[in-house]
Amino acid sequence: MPRYAMVIDQSRCIGCMACVVSCKRENDVPPEHYRTRVLEMVQGSFPDLTTEMRSELCNHCDNAPCVNICPTGASHHEEDGTVQINRKKCVGCKACVTSCPYNARYINEEHGYADKCSFCQQRLAEGKKPACVATCVGGSRIFGDLDDPQSEISIILRKNSHRVLNKAVGTGPNVYYINQYPKRA
Amino acid sequence: MAFSRRNFLKYAAMSAGGTVLADTPFISAEARAKAEGGNVKYVPTSCEMCFWKCGAVAKVVDGKVVKLEGNPYHPQSRGKLCARGQGGIGQLYDEDRLKHPMIIDGARGEGKYRKASWDEALTLVAKKMQAIAEKYGPESLAMMSHGSPGDYFTNVLKAMGSRNIAFPSFAQCKGIRDVAWELTYGHKPGTSCERVDLENSRVIVLFGTHLGENMHNSQNQEFAEAVGRGAKIICVDPRYSTAASKSSFWLPIKPGTDTALLLAWINIVISEGLYDKEYVEKYTVGFEEVKEAVKEYTPEWAAQETELPMRQIVESVRELCRYAPNVVVHPGRHYSWYGNDTQRARAVAILNALLGTWGRKGGMWLPAKAKFAKFNDDAPAYPPASKPPVIKGDFPFAGGEGVTQVLRDATITGNPYPIKAWIVAGTNLMKALPDQRLTRKAIDNLDLLVAVDLFPTETVMLADVILPECTYLERHDGLYKISTREAGVAIRQPAVEPMYETKPAWWIGSELCKKLGLNDYAVKGNGMDAWEGRMRRQAKAWGLDYDQLAKHTGYVSIPDSEKPYITADNQPVFGTFSEKIELYSDELEGEGFDPVPQYEPVEHPQKGMFRLIYGRSPVHTFSRTVNTQWLWELEKENEVWLNKKEADRLGVKNGQYVVLENQDGVRCNKIKAKVTERIRHDCVYMVHGFGHNAPRLKRANQSGADDQQLITKYIEDPITGGTGMRVNFVKIIKEA
Repeated sequence: MPRYAMVIDQSRCIGCMACVVSCKRENDVPPEHYRTRVLEMVQGSFPDLTTEMRSELCNHCDNAPCVNICPTGASHHEEDGTVQINRKKCVGCKACVTSCPYNARYINEEHGYADKCSFCQQRLAEGKKPACVATCVGGSRIFGDLDDPQSEISIILRKNSHRVLNKAVGTGPNVYYINQYPKRA
Repeated sequence: MAFSRRNFLKYAAMSAGGTVLADTPFISAEARAKAEGGNVKYVPTSCEMCFWKCGAVAKVVDGKVVKLEGNPYHPQSRGKLCARGQGGIGQLYDEDRLKHPMIIDGARGEGKYRKASWDEALTLVAKKMQAIAEKYGPESLAMMSHGSPGDYFTNVLKAMGSRNIAFPSFAQCKGIRDVAWELTYGHKPGTSCERVDLENSRVIVLFGTHLGENMHNSQNQEFAEAVGRGAKIICVDPRYSTAASKSSFWLPIKPGTDTALLLAWINIVISEGLYDKEYVEKYTVGFEEVKEAVKEYTPEWAAQETELPMRQIVESVRELCRYAPNVVVHPGRHYSWYGNDTQRARAVAILNALLGTWGRKGGMWLPAKAKFAKFNDDAPAYPPASKPPVIKGDFPFAGGEGVTQVLRDATITGNPYPIKAWIVAGTNLMKALPDQRLTRKAIDNLDLLVAVDLFPTETVMLADVILPECTYLERHDGLYKISTREAGVAIRQPAVEPMYETKPAWWIGSELCKKLGLNDYAVKGNGMDAWEGRMRRQAKAWGLDYDQLAKHTGYVSIPDSEKPYITADNQPVFGTFSEKIELYSDELEGEGFDPVPQYEPVEHPQKGMFRLIYGRSPVHTFSRTVNTQWLWELEKENEVWLNKKEADRLGVKNGQYVVLENQDGVRCNKIKAKVTERIRHDCVYMVHGFGHNAPRLKRANQSGADDQQLITKYIEDPITGGTGMRVNFVKIIKEA
């Protein structure tokens, strides 16, 4: 069984938002809600500036507060390590929405269930990559199996120093951020 | 995907039978869906959310397009689509689309129309065109266009005897650049895309070209690739753009002084002996003249003129030279800035030549070599023009694409002869041409304005007859010759049937021909499959298997067409008179222009005023996508970027609505202030295309401000007629 994770190579993100629109179409996300977003944070003062492009999404945490708090068992871990929502079991109580330290969830008001990034479970079943990864123009999003040492994601994580967001909350996120590839010799 | 794109394509192009292709991803996904009982099909086609024409694949479930993906075989998309491409479904299912032909039923601009049948609308257009041609001569019929629909009306106009056809993509965008490079190299710097070899570049220089925000799919893929593997970016821009945030050198130049920097760089490159001596010797003419002409442009002088630190000017160009020739100074795209733009583009072209980038890895690739058999399915030759066209004005190097504002001027003045009808296809002229007041004045002088479009834009809602085109997802359009590193052919074909009463532009043009009695110029055959028939005949003439292209790949490359770099047996061919790169241009000199670019200072804003600069958003194309659901949702309105210190001085807070007033007293809609450190103190910036005044575009109407409204002043480039549009100054008014 694979153990899925995503790497965001921030140096390659050009903030083009292809991932955001692709995700909305693939997953029929309602207006004004998002399963993923790209933040652009600028520091410094003119002309000494730096920018961080940061794609954010559900971190599919190993120790997921949304799973722990879900009263019905709708939010759960799959065998592949991803956190998923069983829509039939979800009663829309919002406990998971408030417990998520990454603000990754929303309530689908029309259908009454909680929703968030699923790593495009339906596409994985078809042997495709998540929609955001497939269309990432900068090649900034890399998806794969942590348990396969030869997977692209495993190799990249071995070669680069990386971090997770909000590490202190101890949820064990599976979305990793790197800032640059090794410099060319 | 396990296979390599290029190898696969070559195989695909050569295998005539197509049986080996049974497991292309689209087909196998369809088969899988069918096995599960779903009504799913995947249709390879070409995107038209912008002009890059990426290969797209539409996933259609039960007759509805549910997802668009990038075609992995197509070199412009490589399996990916940008936000706009992903959002194309929003255009298809936009309830604000034009749905049926309409005929004006009131005064121009009142917005009153009545529904008409195609027969009635086309009969009326034909009758009016004939009457105008009879009264004023066929040359009084004109067309302006952007994108694919214009192709089908160019035909009509030429058959009538008029050559007054102009495209805003020339004088309002990239024509200036193309002319400058043709003068220097005898070639444009690209056709399907700029031929920049970014994926192999070690240094990339961008003058105002904000890749990332300026979202051209494959080029951005290569740009990110370059950044990812540590290529150095030198970004010259008064604004800290996305590209600037990826750069090793950000040069926040004083707007309007780019040519000063370029000439100083050329001077440094020559005086420090950093140029490619062998290359210059072998492939160029006029080196000594350039050396002499740039002597006065010292780094000290440039530092003063550009307000950049001298150290930065010198170090950045030395870094560029260190990695030459695997470097490129990007030719840019939208080039109509200050009215002396040909010379800026010439300076860029010359700098590239000195570094030996043309035909070098990481520089600019050589054009693909492919021969297409002649396909002459169309009409007999056009009759000669009734009178010489007006579209080149007095600009000696204006191209065949025409100068739109010259056509507009002639429409206003009636000189040298009256222009009485415009067909406007696929372009919102009110937001494309500078000084909307003049565009409106010209339109008021017309006896007939016909609009062929998808949406009720400002320009469409001034038309006498509105002909609703269907979207790119609903029509056959063409077998496109694609010219990237390799040559190839791509298809556009419908994913679904046209909605409402909309029709493909080829059908509209063809039916109009018939109404005008120009049957020879109409598409052969009847019905909605007539154009497809023509595409099939074209494919046959080119030796391509149409069904394979349409069903399996959507794109085929021409085998062995890719020869990107100079080698002993692959020498560059320059289409100039000297058959070399002309650093010194006799052609320009012959028309009384500087044969080597010289610096011409531009006017700068007075105290209290800011220069208005504008640019692109990765989410929107021009003014044509603001109403598109998911794109609108991400960016509903534009903001005006204002330097923090200036904002503090004026008491403007971030997010506060303000109004801009230009030097001519013209005010824009209210617009949110983006108070930021990311822009110089002397200019403000906004994304182009917002601030619609089109009530039937329900989402887009009145959102944000229209930069074009504030561009009441423009300076024409004397060489090409390109309209410099960064010459307007605005003040900020707080009471929005």
